Amino acid sequence: MYDIEYLHQATSVDDAVAALAADPLAQVIAGGTDVLVKLRDGKGAPAHLVSIHGLAGELSGVTLLDDGCVRIGANTVFHSVTTSPVIQERIPVLGEACDTPGGPQLRIAGTIGGNLCNGVTSADSASTCMALGVLLDLVGPEGRRTVPIDEWYAGPGRTVRRRDELLVAIRVPRSHYEGFAGEYIKYGKRNALEIATMGCCCLVRLAEDHDTLADVRLAFGVAGPVPMRSHAAEDGVRGLSVAQAAERVGELALEDTRPRDSWRASKAFRQQLIKEMSRRALMSAARKGGATV
Amino acid sequence: MDMRILKCTVNGKPVQVGYDPRESLLDTLRNRLGLTSVKRGCEVGECGACTVLIDGVATDTCLYLTDWAQGRDILTVEGLQAADGTLHPVQQAFIDDFAVQCGFCTPGIIMSAVEIVNTGKTYTRDELRKLLSGHLCRCTGYENIINAAADAIERVNGSGRPKPAPGPVVVPPRPEDVPDGAPLKPELVAGAE
Repeated sequence: MYDIEYLHQATSVDDAVAALAADPLAQVIAGGTDVLVKLRDGKGAPAHLVSIHGLAGELSGVTLLDDGCVRIGANTVFHSVTTSPVIQERIPVLGEACDTPGGPQLRIAGTIGGNLCNGVTSADSASTCMALGVLLDLVGPEGRRTVPIDEWYAGPGRTVRRRDELLVAIRVPRSHYEGFAGEYIKYGKRNALEIATMGCCCLVRLAEDHDTLADVRLAFGVAGPVPMRSHAAEDGVRGLSVAQAAERVGELALEDTRPRDSWRASKAFRQQLIKEMSRRALMSAARKGGATV
Repeated sequence: MDMRILKCTVNGKPVQVGYDPRESLLDTLRNRLGLTSVKRGCEVGECGACTVLIDGVATDTCLYLTDWAQGRDILTVEGLQAADGTLHPVQQAFIDDFAVQCGFCTPGIIMSAVEIVNTGKTYTRDELRKLLSGHLCRCTGYENIINAAADAIERVNGSGRPKPAPGPVVVPPRPEDVPDGAPLKPELVAGAE
C-alpha cells in the first residue's frame, strides 16, 4: 500500500495537463519505477498522482518523421526503445543504453521520458541523449514548447520542466545521429539491477579515411551533479586520428567533469573511470564506425 | 480515496474484486485474492520475487498500481498447473534440476521462465542469464536455475534432442537408519533413475 491521497488516470495528454493544473500538489507518474520507489521511502508522501500509464497509444512508440528526425514518445518503455527497428537501424547506441537500467522487468515498466524527467545524473539513457543533443517536447497549460537537452537539467534531480508540464516526446534530429557511430558504457558493481557508478557515451563520425575523427561527442552520467558533455574533450580530439584521440580523450575529459565522493564510489575512482571509459567508448564507437584500431 | 472495482482476468478466470487505489498489484493479488505465490520481497523492483505475467509480460507487481490492471490478463504460478494436475514444463524442469532451495524467489523466476518459453524461441545460456537478471536468488548460486530454464525451453521449443544422461545421485541417509554414533554419510547411488 502506497501513501497516495489522490490518483487520477489521465485519458489524454490534455486531460493530464488539466489535472496537473487543477491540483497544485499533483505530480506525473508514468512507469512508476522512480515515483513509487521514492514514495515507498516516504518521499513526496502523501502523493497526488496523475497517471499517464494508460496513455500508451498517444505517448509511446518510436517513429521516423518525414525529415529523418527520430521521434520517441515519452512513455516508450526502455525495452521498446531497444527493440524498435527505427532505433536499431538509425541510433543503435540509444537502444543499447536503454538496455542497461535495472533488469528486464524494470525495462518493460520504466520509460525513457521518466528517465529524463527524474533529472538524476545516473539515468542510463541521459548521457546518450546528451551526446545526441535530443530535443524535448513539452505540453503545458500555456501550450507547447521544446527544450534542447543542453538546457534541460536545472540541478541534481531537477529539470526545467514545470510541475504542470508533460514531456510528450524526445526528438533526435537527423543531423544529430546520421553518420555517427556510438558506444555507451555503464560501470557498476554488477551487470544487472544496478545504478551506474559512471556512465559514458561517445559518438564519433569518421572522415572518409575511416581514421580521422570528423566529429566527436562525449557525454557522462555521474561525472557531475547532472548529465554533462565534455566540450574540452570533444574540441581537443576533433580532427585527430582515432589512435591519437584515444590517448588524449581521457585527460581532456577530466578538465570539464566534476565527479565527487559518494557511498557508491570515491572521487578518485570516478576520475579513473572517466579517463578509462572515455578512451574505451571512443575506441569502440570508432570501430563500430568502421575504423580498424 | 473510495474503493474501486478491478475487473480483469486472473489465471484464466474473470475476476471482480474491490481494491483500495493505494494498493500495488502485489497487495491485491496476495491479500485480496490469496495468491501467495506472488512474494513480497524488496518492494522496490530490485529482486523480482513479485513477478507475474501481465498480458504475457513479466512484470514486478510491487511497482505496478492495481489501478493500472483494469482489463488485463494476469497469470501467476497458481495458474500454471493443468486441470489434471500436471505441472507446467517450467515447474517440472525446476524440480528435475533441483533449481529450488528456500523457494522464495522461485515463483517469480518461474514466471519469467514461462515468458521466455512462450516466445517459442531457443536461447544461449548468456541470453538466459540476461533474461533472468531481474531476479535475485540468495541460495542457489543460479546455476541450476539457468539449467532448469534451459531444460524447459529445450523440452517445449527445442529440437527434441535427448537430455544428457544424469550424473550420480547423492541420497542423504535418514537419521533413523543410521546406528547411534555412526557418522551421517551420504550414500552414492550410481546412475540412479
